[in-house]
Amino acid sequence: MATEPAAAGLTVPSLVDRYFTRWYKADVKGKPCEDHCILQHSNRICVITLAESHPVLQSGKTIKNISYQISTNCSRLQNKVSGKFKRGAQFLTELAPLCKIYCSDGEEYTVSSCVRGRLMEVNENILHKPSILQEKPSTEGYIAVVLPKFEESKSITEGLLTQKQYEEVVVKRMNAATATS
Amino acid sequence: MFPLTEENKHVAQLLLSTGTCPRCVYRFCGVDFHAPYKLPYKELLNELQKFLETEKDELILEVPNPPPKKIRLQELEDGIDGIDNLSQNGEGRVSVIEDGSIASKNSNLNVCNVCLGILQEFCEKEFIKKVCQKVEASGFEFTNLVFSVSFPPQLSVREHAAWLLVKQEMGKQSLSLGRNDIVQLKEAYKWITHPLFSEELGVPIDGKSLFEVSVVFAHPETVEDCHFLRAICPDCFKPAKNKQSVFTRMAVMKALNKIKEEDFRKQFPCPPNSPKAVCTVLEIECAHGAVFVAGRYNKYSRNLPQTPWIIDGERKLESSVEELISDHLLAVFKAESFNFSSSGREDVDVRTLGNGRPFAIELVNPHRVHFTSQEIKELQQKINNSSNKIQVRDLQLVTREAIGHMKEGEEEKTKSYSALIWTNKAIQKKDIEFLNGIKDLKIDQKTPLRVLHRRPLAVRTRIIHSMETCYVDEHHFHLYLKTQAGTYIKEFVHGDFGRTKPNIGSLMNVTADILELDVESVDVDWPPALDD
Repeated sequence: MATEPAAAGLTVPSLVDRYFTRWYKADVKGKPCEDHCILQHSNRICVITLAESHPVLQSGKTIKNISYQISTNCSRLQNKVSGKFKRGAQFLTELAPLCKIYCSDGEEYTVSSCVRGRLMEVNENILHKPSILQEKPSTEGYIAVVLPKFEESKSITEGLLTQKQYEEVVVKRMNAATATS
Repeated sequence: MFPLTEENKHVAQLLLSTGTCPRCVYRFCGVDFHAPYKLPYKELLNELQKFLETEKDELILEVPNPPPKKIRLQELEDGIDGIDNLSQNGEGRVSVIEDGSIASKNSNLNVCNVCLGILQEFCEKEFIKKVCQKVEASGFEFTNLVFSVSFPPQLSVREHAAWLLVKQEMGKQSLSLGRNDIVQLKEAYKWITHPLFSEELGVPIDGKSLFEVSVVFAHPETVEDCHFLRAICPDCFKPAKNKQSVFTRMAVMKALNKIKEEDFRKQFPCPPNSPKAVCTVLEIECAHGAVFVAGRYNKYSRNLPQTPWIIDGERKLESSVEELISDHLLAVFKAESFNFSSSGREDVDVRTLGNGRPFAIELVNPHRVHFTSQEIKELQQKINNSSNKIQVRDLQLVTREAIGHMKEGEEEKTKSYSALIWTNKAIQKKDIEFLNGIKDLKIDQKTPLRVLHRRPLAVRTRIIHSMETCYVDEHHFHLYLKTQAGTYIKEFVHGDFGRTKPNIGSLMNVTADILELDVESVDVDWPPALDD
């Protein structure tokens, strides 16, 4: 009846691995290495994050500023949802921009939704402390939460890469880089 | 004592001669005591006819020029004929119709043009016995019962027609007749049948009884009686989703209240015509009101959901707390179905220890409801013996109202938990001791991602009343918490992507995760504890 406490060293799958499936999109909008990772919960909710291979997460990068103002008229910070049915949410297509990340080296990156659905929330914590985006990109440093339509909860990941496919892409990319250098 | 007076004679004569049964005659004469209605039909009819005969005699005596003999003879013959008919057929219903001839020449049944047989055949012992046989065959356990009847809506139309007729007749005598001056059909029917049911079943009739016997009557022959009302009062007959016909009794009553007397008379015969057959019995049904059982349950499994876990029509796990308890109750109470409710709930992988979680189960349409406390105790034992995944205590019968106490506690009371925590960084005893000193910590929880798909997005402030730690090893410790109801414990530990603030990880400046969670107590003092 009683459960033995898990022995030290015995690895329990992480929070993300227990409840989420990782999906990837490589070279988003044709920009090399700008890979995104979408964590889909078993309840269909998607958390949009940067993949480990994204340039922002490479050593030496410093984030100067993050902005959810994606055009003069549209800020993701203005998104408001109300009630059980989340009325008033901004609708996002796969290509919809979520935020812009400005680095101290002058580079500028746009993070996209990658999945169709309604915007539930953006992560305001990374505005105040951009470093958490780099320290914990797949948990506290998430970009946004998107709720796909119920009937699209399976199909929205069809164009995305599985973890295995993503790893293959990264390996190929590295091989190509060493070959050319 | 015969209930009618001279004043009633004209009305009684008119109704009886137009095909109305003697009990309906009494109703329209406002006879509001039970005894006259309960007389055997034959006797009742005889008495009434005798009463009216004397009237004729008196009239004859009073009238200087008696009507032609021929007619008087005919009337006399008819009278004899009628009595003959009765004596030949004990069950025969006889009434005199307008032209004075006997209606039951061909059939021995003369159906009342107002009640359509309700106060005739359906008041007879044979019919009561038939209903009682159904009741006994249904297998319900009962100590009293409520009897309900549903009459076809056109009965109200006929009742209205008869009322107008009687009102007019009384008007001739400068008498008035209000709607409440007549005895309702349902009332008279109850007066006659209730004692018969009571006698047959050996239990009292009680309006508050949970056991209901209901009889639904229909009269296909006259369904069209109501239809003219629709043309006059279309507002009253709007189609409703759950109604097969727009001509419900309520709608017909509403229309009858609106319609002008002249309009009604133009469209519907007063007196109503005589039907060929009595009502048919559409259904005889028995049902028992729900009873409630409450108790507390422990859940010892991390693979057992509280309620059946079904996704896309597919079962994730084969059992549930609800089923492990309710299946036994369903069988013992011989109920049709059940509804499970509890003071909050735990996740599939969370155990509920300590005194357990209060729950209540509504048993719908139970066939058995009387149990001694010993029998309930045995039932609890049976549940407990059947599974080691759950245990039940304090099992008892409760009232519907008492269940409210359980739901009150759901939001207001405190809950205690114990959790096994993992940290990514190695920890020493001294790294966790500070948690013991934190009292009434306010935390802000955004709706957890795991439930966000079905709950509104909100930030809720919750209070962690106290924490106690117990060091296990470099990466593990036990955390005992006492919290406000409604706190998401798992999220307080791992932080839910930083969406619960502060959280154990942020307080300790580590990445924390929760490996096991147990509910140690649900501090709701209902249902009352029983000593075993």
